Amino acid sequence: MIWQIIWFILWAVLWAVYFILDGFDLGLGSLLPVLAKNDKERRIIYNAMGPFWDGNEVWLITAGGATFAAFPKTYAVMFSCLYTPLLLILFALILRGVAFEFRSKHDSEGWRKIWDFCLVFGSFLPALLFGVAFANIFKGIPFDVNGMYHGNTLKLLNPYGLVGGILFVLVFMMHGSLWLWVKSEGDLSERAKETADKFWYAVLVFAVIFLAYSYFETKLWDNYFKSPILFVIPLLAVICLVMVKVYITKGESFRSWLSSAFTILFTVFWGIVGLFPNLFPSSIDPNASLTIFNSSSSELTLKIMTVVAVIFVPIVIFYQFWTYKTFIHTVTEKDLESDEAY
Amino acid sequence: MDVTILSRLQFAVATYFHFLFVPLTLGLVWLLAIMETRYVKTGDEEYKKMAKFWGKIYLINFAIGVVTGITLEFQFGTNWARYSQYVGDVFGSLLAIEATVAFFLESTFIAVWVFGWDKLSKKMHALAIWLVAIGTNVSALWILTANSWMQHPVGYVMRNGRAELVSFSAVVFQPYVWLKFTHQITAAMTLAGFFVAGVSAYHLLKGSNVSFFKKSFKMAITYALIASILVVLIGHEHAAEVAKTQPTKLAAMESLWETRTHAPIYLFLWPDAEHEKNSVEVLPLPGMLSLLAFHSTSAQVKGLKDFPKDERPPVLPTFLSFRIMVGLGFLFILLTLYGYFKREDIENHPAYLKIMLYSIPLTYIAILLGWTVAEVGRQPWIVYGLMKVKDAVSPTITSTQVLTSLIAFTLVYTLLGIADFYLIIKTAKKGPEA
Ligand code: HDD
Ligand code: HEM
Ligand code: HEM
Repeated sequence: MIWQIIWFILWAVLWAVYFILDGFDLGLGSLLPVLAKNDKERRIIYNAMGPFWDGNEVWLITAGGATFAAFPKTYAVMFSCLYTPLLLILFALILRGVAFEFRSKHDSEGWRKIWDFCLVFGSFLPALLFGVAFANIFKGIPFDVNGMYHGNTLKLLNPYGLVGGILFVLVFMMHGSLWLWVKSEGDLSERAKETADKFWYAVLVFAVIFLAYSYFETKLWDNYFKSPILFVIPLLAVICLVMVKVYITKGESFRSWLSSAFTILFTVFWGIVGLFPNLFPSSIDPNASLTIFNSSSSELTLKIMTVVAVIFVPIVIFYQFWTYKTFIHTVTEKDLESDEAY
Repeated sequence: MDVTILSRLQFAVATYFHFLFVPLTLGLVWLLAIMETRYVKTGDEEYKKMAKFWGKIYLINFAIGVVTGITLEFQFGTNWARYSQYVGDVFGSLLAIEATVAFFLESTFIAVWVFGWDKLSKKMHALAIWLVAIGTNVSALWILTANSWMQHPVGYVMRNGRAELVSFSAVVFQPYVWLKFTHQITAAMTLAGFFVAGVSAYHLLKGSNVSFFKKSFKMAITYALIASILVVLIGHEHAAEVAKTQPTKLAAMESLWETRTHAPIYLFLWPDAEHEKNSVEVLPLPGMLSLLAFHSTSAQVKGLKDFPKDERPPVLPTFLSFRIMVGLGFLFILLTLYGYFKREDIENHPAYLKIMLYSIPLTYIAILLGWTVAEVGRQPWIVYGLMKVKDAVSPTITSTQVLTSLIAFTLVYTLLGIADFYLIIKTAKKGPEA
């Protein structure tokens, strides 16, 4: 019992950290054509993500791995039911990852255009599909007790799913623009700030729509009405979102980004706490729903995994924190001259 | 076509492609670490130049290794859902541990290494590449532990309709793991050694950057020599373990049909699976197979006919892959021995240098064939003796879905592969920055 709950919390943390970290580079990647006016600026954007994107993506791999280890049945049913959207995400991430490494390795306009396209497409599509997928999971997925899926990929694009997708895209774009504001100088930095400011209003509108829409479309709020203390979580999400705007107005770039990171953290927690104890609810048969209790690994496995997580996750956080500190400086033209720059 | 066949094909495409890049990542990183450490210790700028030049190639290769790995991690759920449910209790944790202890380390510090040349002290910077080396190799250890469990499941009981873990140490410390790991690592080192020696040979033949590439060659040939001897020695032990744990695979590797004592190895042999015999068997080495597999010429070795037909792996591919891998293993030792003894004036042996250049692909072939032995030889089991492949596939996916994704994989991977090898060859040919 307790081990399942520990792993539920860790599951939420892994997804939240993933969306905070990869969120900014998915958003910034999608906005490449909007933010950059020339090749130099495009390169600054690439290098603003350069030292980080791969380490960020490992949080996704770990979230997937942790699902497999702690809740193997959920891993199996979730990933096979969502086969098509998941593979689309993977293909997009493949193209995006390669774009970073390849773009700078060959000197030709056409070559760079190809990889710029891969970066934009490969960043935008996962942002959208993760939102669509999570919204649909909140709603429930049509699968039966045998793990057979009775929906189709197009049905995932229902209005609620789409609102979820758009919200993810907007949040990540705001988050990514804020990151560029931190990491660049001059015109580009100013443009990033203004863009973030615009996206802030859009995020606000869609966040309100999504929270309200969830009341009608999902059972997410039930847990909150049962234990009202939990309302702290969505409240904190809203406060953090307001702080984003406050810091934008004050011109404090890093704090603004950090507030945006906490907005994402609490929003993910809001959704996942609402799911509890479900991980993957079925919309057609409550008996089919996969919960942390009926889909978990044996206690021994959960214990071993807990030991590993308790030792290694803090170490990972420590050295990733150190990396961010080491490379937080703004990317300048001088940095672009280095042999290793993207 | 049915979903199982398509999923198998897709898995094969995805893993073979992943593994086209993994060995260079695993093997070359130690050379980079040694080069940079020598630079830190001696201050010799040429070593720094070496670390940078081979590092550039390393990174192009690394990129594809990373992105293709991600799809593999998720494919157990997408295509092998029944498998994931049935054995996830044991198998899933190994993948999760790999991500937590290894992937973070390698992907964080490779970036530190790339972007840190001017930002970190020399020692910190060298430390970064050592951490990458440890990360990649630890990652290999865990994924191979997972694969070893599929070859020889231990430490579990059947409970609640699935395999549940009862002894983690049995899973981690079984001999299969250590044999697989050391065989794999030494194979990767062989490949990386040949790669560096071969590219250096190209430049030595042209007479460009002679001092730089001679230094690289000498380092690489020593490395490759040690590794190629070890890979064969460990391979032999590995085969003995297979004989103990997977008798059907061993019989297929040697195309042995009748159970017998004093089993020989035939230098020339051609299997005829349809008639359950070999159409050609000449030049026997008497008792050799019994000796190699069970350390005694009189030991009994089981033949394929002792097993039901539907539990035998495809003989021809298993047999051929094994033969060629072993043959190449001995060839690599000869090639590296020659190079090692001539290393001081290696630029005066153009014929040998040419051979080394064209030997690079052979190491890739040996490694891919090794996996073919291990995986095809395990058929029809997905977990040997426990679960068959046909029972493992996801129930809910359709053949249209898998066919579409298979075509997409093949297409995208082919294009990426071409782009990647183009960049590697271009960078390798260009040589170090002046
Ligand atoms: C013997 C070694 C070995 C084997 C058999 C495999 N891999 Fe691999 N993998 C590596 C050795 C490796 C590596 C050397 O650690 C890589 C290659 C490039 C890299 O960055 O790390 C890697 C990368 C890599 C990544 C990306 C990590 C990152 O973002 O840094 C994932 C998710 C996987 N692999 C997953 C798998 C799965 C699920 C496999 C089984 C089917 C698999 N690998 C076979
Ligand atoms: C990277 C090197 C590897 C290569 C080249 C490789 C190759 C293959 C091939 C060719 C098949 C298809 C065999 C057939 O259907 O006849 C296969 C199947 C499979 N392998 Fe591997 N494999 C590798 C590593 C692994 C690892 C490390 C694991 C597990 C951790 C693994 C798990 C599987 C699974 C689940 C299947 C699908 C079921 C099957 O078709 O047998 N493989 N692999
Ligand atoms: C005399 C030489 C060799 C022997 C006796 C040998 C033996 C073996 C055996 C028995 C396996 C199958 C293990 C299993 O089914 O799990 C294997 C797999 C493999 N071999 Fe070899 N091998 C030799 C040389 C080589 C060489 C030269 C390379 C590459 C440079 C290589 C690379 C591999 C790889 C990558 C695998 C798959 C991973 C594994 O199962 O360990 N081998 N080898």
